[in-house]
Amino acid sequence: MNEIAIKINNLNKKYKNTLAVKNINFQINKGMIIGLLGPNGCGKSTTIGMMLGLIKPTSGSVFINNKDIETNRTDLLQKMNFVSPYIELPKKLTIEENLEVYGRIYGVKNLKDKIFELMEKLNLTEFKKRKTGELSSGQKNRVSLAKALINDPEILLLDEPTASLDPDVGDYVRSIIEDFSSNNKKTILIASHNMIEVERLCDEVMMMKKGEIIDMGKSKDLISKHGRKNLEEVFLKIVRENNEVS
Amino acid sequence: MKFHRIYALYLRHFYLIKSSLPRWLDLIYWPTIQIILWGFISKFFTMHSDFYNNTAGIILSAAILYDFLFRSSISFNMLFLEEIWSRNFTNLFIAPFKISEIIVALTATALIRTLIGIVPAVLLASPFFGVSLLNLGPALILLLFSLYAFGITLGLFVVSGLLRYGPAFENVAWSSLFLLAPLGCIYYPLTILPDWLQIIAKALPLVYIFEEVRSILLNNVVNYYNIMSALILNLIYFTLAIFVFYSAFQEARKNGTLINVGE
Repeated sequence: MNEIAIKINNLNKKYKNTLAVKNINFQINKGMIIGLLGPNGCGKSTTIGMMLGLIKPTSGSVFINNKDIETNRTDLLQKMNFVSPYIELPKKLTIEENLEVYGRIYGVKNLKDKIFELMEKLNLTEFKKRKTGELSSGQKNRVSLAKALINDPEILLLDEPTASLDPDVGDYVRSIIEDFSSNNKKTILIASHNMIEVERLCDEVMMMKKGEIIDMGKSKDLISKHGRKNLEEVFLKIVRENNEVS
Repeated sequence: MKFHRIYALYLRHFYLIKSSLPRWLDLIYWPTIQIILWGFISKFFTMHSDFYNNTAGIILSAAILYDFLFRSSISFNMLFLEEIWSRNFTNLFIAPFKISEIIVALTATALIRTLIGIVPAVLLASPFFGVSLLNLGPALILLLFSLYAFGITLGLFVVSGLLRYGPAFENVAWSSLFLLAPLGCIYYPLTILPDWLQIIAKALPLVYIFEEVRSILLNNVVNYYNIMSALILNLIYFTLAIFVFYSAFQEARKNGTLINVGE
């Protein structure tokens, strides 16, 4: 029987008069990679924020490894990590210093070895003494990914992990994510606008629109269900349904 | 509470300061300038004031202690603002920190920042102006502790505002102590204030601390009532500040501001 890594029950988030997330329910089994797709402002970031305990739900609950994030936040965050292009690491610290700080925060054992391993894997070794603020966006992105992998998280949440990367680096980062998942049976949730990336990486896809999950399933099943050629067309169909372009 | 997390947060700020000459200069420059300025003012008053004429450096001692308080509070605020400016804020709150660990880490790191700034200035005061804080005797330890506690308390209130209202609250971070300084009776006795302001001023630990400094330097008398009053008031305000900080954190979670502070 599959173990559940993430279980979302009747989750709602209301900001003043705006309902950002409307009664969503889903569960993700351990070891799966799930894509979360939807137009800008559809509630993806709010949903991820609630999964990380950064945002308090108006109602409903988030269970990680069968524990409520509201009451077990610190313990659960120890086993999770998150990457987003919208948050950065301290710019004045070198790559090595940043990874050491975060490694210590998570209490990583054999930290030096772990940092070395991650820097090797993400091609960062030659820049290890460079300040993070001096790196290119592709290099920064890889440092953020290294920080997210430093605690070997059981659950990894990725918000547009390859945004602003050139195709070559983007492809490389996707390989790292695939490798991390397949070797360790990790659970990964990817919010992305890159349909090719989602088709390649994800076991299943959830489509969000206006705060609701309006469809979910395997990429090929969604493509066939909606009678389209690829996931991008499915996305456009769903987003533009009822003549609404977000 | 886990020591490795507290140490990690300290390390983040240690690395930041270690490699930045402008930050070192900023830490040391202002306290030194303050001490030199107040050193000369103090010297002038010593020569031309009946009140101060037998007690060299009473103003300078007050200035050093006020700067210690100011640096404590600003250091605490700065540590938090650095996270906002570097857009590292969200990373901090998705890390498995307990709020208490963040408070302890920032409090300890702020003390180190404060000492980096104030120690050179204090050392300057002795050869240049013949003033030493050690003239305050053993009570100095309690006075410094009280000032530091109040500085951190103010820092906690300001940081709570940053959490609750975002970077727009930054201006308050810089001005918070200036608002309280007139009521703190740092350079003049409490009796200078109008009666109604004295009532308000007595609610601040600063009044008792600086009254005590004058009492020791002018009369060579340690008044433990003042010291205890300051400590008790500090305890009350510090407890309140922690409560406000926790509330601000919960409010920020409710408003969703933890995920995009700095934008």
